Amino acid sequence: MKTFLVVDDSRVIRNVARRILEALNFKVDEAADGQQALDACLRGLPDAILLDWNMPVMDGIQFLRALRALPGGDAPIVLFCTTETELTKIQTAIEAGANEYIMKPFDSEIVESKLSQVGLL
Amino acid sequence: MRPDDFAYFTKFIYDQSGIVLGTDKMYLIESRLAPVARKFNLSSIDALVGQLRGAKDPNLHRDVVDAMTTNESFFFRDGKPFDQFKAVVLPQLLANRAAKKSFRIWCAAASTGQEPYTIAMILKESAHLLAGWRHEIVGTDLSTEALDRAKNGVYTQFEVQRGLPIQLLVKYFKQQGDKWQIAPEIRAMVQYKNYNLLHDFGALGGFDVVFCRNVLIYFDQKTKGSILDRIAKLMPADGLLYLGGAETVLGVTEKFQPMPNQRGIYQLTAAKPA
Repeated sequence: MKTFLVVDDSRVIRNVARRILEALNFKVDEAADGQQALDACLRGLPDAILLDWNMPVMDGIQFLRALRALPGGDAPIVLFCTTETELTKIQTAIEAGANEYIMKPFDSEIVESKLSQVGLL
Repeated sequence: MRPDDFAYFTKFIYDQSGIVLGTDKMYLIESRLAPVARKFNLSSIDALVGQLRGAKDPNLHRDVVDAMTTNESFFFRDGKPFDQFKAVVLPQLLANRAAKKSFRIWCAAASTGQEPYTIAMILKESAHLLAGWRHEIVGTDLSTEALDRAKNGVYTQFEVQRGLPIQLLVKYFKQQGDKWQIAPEIRAMVQYKNYNLLHDFGALGGFDVVFCRNVLIYFDQKTKGSILDRIAKLMPADGLLYLGGAETVLGVTEKFQPMPNQRGIYQLTAAKPA
């Protein structure tokens, strides 16, 4: 079973994402900010990460750059999932190493479509 | 809807579009017609059908046909057909058309433009292979409203997130508020024309590849056969046809057969003089 780390400071969003991902047969872990996510990645890298942008302590972009600098940190597939929809933000995320980008609001159809594009389904 | 209204309505749609609507499509009919009724200030679907039967208002006719025939579309719909296009179809075109360096592609149910623009983006991404080549993409649809949307190339945030890789969104779309418009150089690669597949489409000219996906399912057997036979006539001997995942040529036409190991792609049965 592939592992998914859901990183979002909103518990509601984490729950929505968990439900969608568990229905698609992923094992889901949660983190409420970038630092918690980084700590989780240091304990063990997940197969994929759903990543919010704006969070307290450490934001999504800082986390992504730190992740990609870790040994083996290239491996997890990272999908941003954020209300940031400006083209320049999307470009920044891709340059930092994001594999895909979901603009909120999202639904299960969008998540599924993005997961199959990056080869997770 | 009253039974006689339903009978009238389904015959009207069949005559205009060839689309067969059974009683199982009642929900679809009501959900599609409700916005049309509102637009024409009609209080109900029954009032709309009454108006359709009584007054011959060409605007109402057009909007009703548009509403019943426009289908949701996606960029890179189903994924696989476009992987096959890159891996199988495009290399075959490059090899077989090396002498004349040109080919034509037809999207026979272009709807709001996602399929022809998907092909256009793939060709653009393959530009290094196509230097000195001429290629045309023609998109046709019965619905003028869908074609207007296709020509504008403006999509909602939801539409650009289903099937379209983010790298291509960034590369080929421009943000307009909460919408996204496809780049002028991609739009310029596609010509749109209003065509009804029931009528003669020979004037479109010849095509090397025809995408006719997820549209035959709406027609009866005889109409499907007629459409496919007429598509075959527009193709050279090595022409290729794409059908949707739920569609087949078996029992519909003898003109096409499945391409070996390429699900969804069909080739002409008998080689005919080029």
